[in-house]
Amino acid sequence: MTDSRDALMLGRASDGRLVRRPLSPHLQVYRPQITSILSILHRATGIVLSAGTLLMVWWLVAAARGEAAYATVSGFLRSPVGLLLLFGWTATLWYHFCSGLRHLAWDAGWGFTLPVVHRSGWTVVIAAAVLTVLTWIVAVIVI
Amino acid sequence: MAAANKIAVMRSELGRVRALGAGRAGTAHWWAQRVTAVALVPLTIWFVIDALRLAGLPRSVVAHWASHPINAALLAALVLATFHHAQLGLRVVVEDYVHGERTRMALVLLIQGAAAILCLISLIAIVRLATVV
Repeated sequence: MTDSRDALMLGRASDGRLVRRPLSPHLQVYRPQITSILSILHRATGIVLSAGTLLMVWWLVAAARGEAAYATVSGFLRSPVGLLLLFGWTATLWYHFCSGLRHLAWDAGWGFTLPVVHRSGWTVVIAAAVLTVLTWIVAVIVI
Repeated sequence: MAAANKIAVMRSELGRVRALGAGRAGTAHWWAQRVTAVALVPLTIWFVIDALRLAGLPRSVVAHWASHPINAALLAALVLATFHHAQLGLRVVVEDYVHGERTRMALVLLIQGAAAILCLISLIAIVRLATVV
């Protein structure tokens, strides 16, 4: 094995025997591209948002339980840690939201050519950033 | 058109009728993921806007807001769609990366159980909050 191209030729047959044949590139040697990065981010933000539902459940339960419980959750959400979590949650939410719309467009058969894929990818990144900043401008004005 | 016909021919008539693919699971999972995604588009926008309006206000205002049947219904819809969508998505992640059959099954059951319990807790909290005032 002399270089990474050789490493990519090392596979296993179904009986476990080593064979030389072309394989899909592994993540380590795959140049990061907007397509793959955004795809990974969509999954990652989905996982983070699933964990983030705990925050929503806590808020709902506290509001249902009474004044003291609601004061606790409100206090936490206004603390530096709470605000950081909320900021992360909104950024993650808006990314997954915009990226999800892109996926729905693909499901409808739209936007498969490479130039459009690149353009829609950057649109998602910019739209998510704008929506996050907009949410927090409104939040700062309201609070 | 020729290509479309070719794809159709590759599936058995019975498989087509039952909407079953090679995974024998049909398209129910994929479709439910999309339906909940579409539902979450307006629900998310609504929730973020109303959450911003309620931010920093006392609990009585939140309770009054939740006591409106439309808000309570939309909140319940948001919770249902969110946990169903999350559970479907997390399941795919586990199925993609966890290869041991027992571990995979245990993780999928854990995810589904947690999603179901959190969903029920949220729904009961919404009903209780909506009837505070």
